[in-house]
Amino acid sequence: MADFQRWAPDAQKHLKQGPGLWVKLRLDPFLLVLLFAIMSFGLLVLYSGSGSSEAAVQKQLIRYGLALLGMVIITQINLRNVQRWIPLFYIIGLLLLLAVLLFGVGAKGAQRWLEIPGLPRFQPSEVMKLVVPLTLSWYLSSRPRPPHLIHVLVAVVLVTLPVLLIARQPDLGTALLIGSSGAFVVFFAGLLWRYLFAAIAIGAAGLPLLWTGMREYQKQRVITFLDPESDPLGAGWNIIQSKIAIGSGGIDGKGWLQGTQSHLDFLPETHTDFIVAVLAEEFGLMGVCLLLTLYFLVLIRGLMIAGSATHPFDRMLAASLTLTFFVYVAVNIGMVTGLLPVVGVPLPLVSYGGTAAVTLMASLGILMSIHARRPQRT
Amino acid sequence: MPWSKMDTQRQEVSQFRARLWWALLVIVIVFVGLVSRLVYLQVWQYERYATESDDNRQQLQAIAPTRGLIYDTNGALLAGNRASHSLTLVPEQLIGGRRGIDNVLAELAQVVSIDQNDVKRFNRRLNQPRRPHSPVALRFQLNPTEIAQITVNQHRLPGVRIVPELVRFYPLDKGFVHALGYVGRINDRELAKLDSANYSATHHVGKLGVERFYETELHGNVGYQTVETNARGRVLQVLDRFEPVPGKNITLFLDAQLQQAAAKLLEGKRGAIVAIDPKTGGVLAMASAPSYGANQFVTGISNANYQALRGSDDLPLFNRALRGRYPPASTVKPVMAIAGMDSGIISRKYSLWDPGYYQLTEGGRLYRDWKEGGHGQVDMHKSIVESVDTYYYAIAHIMGNDPMTKYLAQFGLGQVTIADQPEATKAVLPTQQWKRINRSASWFPGDSLNLGIGQGFLSATPTQLATMAMVLANKGKWHQIRMIKAINDQPVEKVSDIGRNDPKQPSDVALERSSDWNKIHNAMIDVMHGKKGTGRRSGAESSYKMAGKTGTAQVLGIKQDSTYDAATIAERFRDHGLYIGWAPAKDPVIAIAVIIENGGGGSSAAAPLARKLFDLSILGAQSKTKAKEGAENDG
Repeated sequence: MADFQRWAPDAQKHLKQGPGLWVKLRLDPFLLVLLFAIMSFGLLVLYSGSGSSEAAVQKQLIRYGLALLGMVIITQINLRNVQRWIPLFYIIGLLLLLAVLLFGVGAKGAQRWLEIPGLPRFQPSEVMKLVVPLTLSWYLSSRPRPPHLIHVLVAVVLVTLPVLLIARQPDLGTALLIGSSGAFVVFFAGLLWRYLFAAIAIGAAGLPLLWTGMREYQKQRVITFLDPESDPLGAGWNIIQSKIAIGSGGIDGKGWLQGTQSHLDFLPETHTDFIVAVLAEEFGLMGVCLLLTLYFLVLIRGLMIAGSATHPFDRMLAASLTLTFFVYVAVNIGMVTGLLPVVGVPLPLVSYGGTAAVTLMASLGILMSIHARRPQRT
Repeated sequence: MPWSKMDTQRQEVSQFRARLWWALLVIVIVFVGLVSRLVYLQVWQYERYATESDDNRQQLQAIAPTRGLIYDTNGALLAGNRASHSLTLVPEQLIGGRRGIDNVLAELAQVVSIDQNDVKRFNRRLNQPRRPHSPVALRFQLNPTEIAQITVNQHRLPGVRIVPELVRFYPLDKGFVHALGYVGRINDRELAKLDSANYSATHHVGKLGVERFYETELHGNVGYQTVETNARGRVLQVLDRFEPVPGKNITLFLDAQLQQAAAKLLEGKRGAIVAIDPKTGGVLAMASAPSYGANQFVTGISNANYQALRGSDDLPLFNRALRGRYPPASTVKPVMAIAGMDSGIISRKYSLWDPGYYQLTEGGRLYRDWKEGGHGQVDMHKSIVESVDTYYYAIAHIMGNDPMTKYLAQFGLGQVTIADQPEATKAVLPTQQWKRINRSASWFPGDSLNLGIGQGFLSATPTQLATMAMVLANKGKWHQIRMIKAINDQPVEKVSDIGRNDPKQPSDVALERSSDWNKIHNAMIDVMHGKKGTGRRSGAESSYKMAGKTGTAQVLGIKQDSTYDAATIAERFRDHGLYIGWAPAKDPVIAIAVIIENGGGGSSAAAPLARKLFDLSILGAQSKTKAKEGAENDG
């Protein structure tokens, strides 16, 4: 050893550092690099999409900083040790959602925000994006697997309550994300295929019911989705314009800050939900494929983490959070390219907005925390 | 840990991993789907969306040409253009379709006054086919306060734009509308007829008169510019521009001073004055009373004002100068005398004893002279000077219809000879054929008698009578009667010079004996200056000689044995006063026709107005030159 140390002083230094910075911080360098790559690309597009607003980029940078800090903190927590608090979180979350319906503030006919004196304005529904998969993972991990029908039904109720409250705000996008995050937990808990197919059949039968329960503007969105040309200047405008933006980008794009659709205000919400249209217009097919590749790698990493986790709670949670991230990407790009209705799902880590960034990074933090606590191979 | 539990755990892990693979499969499928969608949009459909993006970005905007100006003969501006601000909405920029529009209309109503009619007309315009993103007018002629108020509130008025445009303005307005016509907003019917490309930026079109006839020349050609706009339609950059060709400027023969004087003389009366330059055929003045302001029609007259104009018994909208059909009465007597002499039917020395009436047959109906007891022995000269009806009953009886209508036609009656006033009417020149067709009756000798004194079926417009005066003054020489003197400073002799159809015009009146012209001229001079001339009071105390003929047209059929008593007859049934004439008698510079409806006799109602205009056009110009000479002499 001494000889080795003598001949390799650097190695000694390395050994002295022990397990290394990443391991100490329990951060996953792989995910972290992807995260930074996506965020940098996102800020570039955001600068263009916000109309060359340095203020918007600065604000987003600060949010990213805070979200990263939150992520690092969460990574330090072993969630299995706080499991007993989860039901409390869930109940508080539900109460907050009720409070939103009663005293919430908002805009454009939706009531999503809660203003509690002394706290910054926030959306309780965003918190539920984490609380719901946590709750279900907690609930199902302590039950026999594959889950019995009764437990599945309890899980369904646990998911449906917040989903309904959020859908009433109305915030269809978040309701969809939370509903699917719950469904993923149930699926990865080992839900029998026959239950799954039965659920799908019931869902298909329930669609007409859903239709009658929808708000007028939601129905309008569906109608517009099915035939955007029917109201090109009203409801169909967004989809038509974003398709024009994407299509006119071609393979290599019009160039950064050169997008006419976005810079001439034809494209709506260029820095939030429709930001991928800006990207597609300015960076073309290659730009979008680069972003999709980064997302794909995040998802692979997430699935790998889920696969290597041993505790049922960890792996259900990891798989559910990864797939929810996937739903973000798929729904956002699907809606902006005109494949899905416009439901208001942001593009993860790219769209402008604080709360979504915080929850997304928190979920990545949870993934990293799970990864850091995987059984070490010896 | 029991083996069985280890087993279930291992089984569970492998099942979980299997489900992760399923999830991965779904992820891959969805990603492949998204990428295919992107390839479809960005590669397959690239051309289409690239074009749509350019279409979005680039708009072809039409630029209205500036309408040509109209000047009077001395270069005074008769029709110009001024800036007017319209309040418009761009419906594409309003969110929520019809509801969005109604919201903005409600917001606007709090800022500026908008009434139901404005909204109604706005809706009509909105439903017409139009270019996307083009503004739809809601109100015109905003005043500075309103403009300021809208600008201040712009932030809560999305899609509202104030659009400046040049609109027609008539600086002299009221007295000129019957000569110039006016422009107004293009209506649906006109829209269908106009060249939609050339008029794509134009909102006004000539509706009447000169403005209507010279629409093509005055309008010009539309220009285009390709602009880059944002979704709110704001122009960010002009990419290229094709300048409009402004309309041509038109100079008329109209003399603004004379026109104003004529309009002033007609104030408070119903009637018309038309003055023509005998040397050119150019119309120097064309006034019809009552009149109205043309400017109110340019920007859209209020319904109340329009109904008031339409409903008035005095018919201010009616252009008497071009469309008023009056019995020309005694003003045709010089032509009748010419017809008699030149056709050879009536001897130049023909004379008769006038008992104050004429009878076709002994004991038959009495055709009365205007003077009870008659004029005694009457020859041709006296018949004109004193306007002896009996003489014309007699020669009309002898001539019959044909020579009379033939000669009247040679002087322009029964046809439209004015080239550039589209509203002009031809009135009625009653030939035997005309009577057969329109009255299903043959021509009776009594009809000839009435025709002989310019009554009965015969009617003429003031423009036709002025034309007749011109031909008389010119000793038969015709010119095209027209408003236009020059276009873009290029003189116009005939409208065919600028590619229009000339009206059919009689050839110059060539008499067998040209001395007959002098006979007529002398008689018409004596009308104004002779001791017994019917117009002597109007011809008195003049430094120049003038020639003329008065006329008095009966409105009411007077019964056989009653006499005409102006005082007891309702105003509407009083005679029309007429006058034709020219001055100076030799080398005339102005030929004129004056008609005063229900004004009484021509010598008292019409001739004095003509004299004032003669003075203005002859002495007005002379006194100026005299003053100038005097000034030079003093110096």
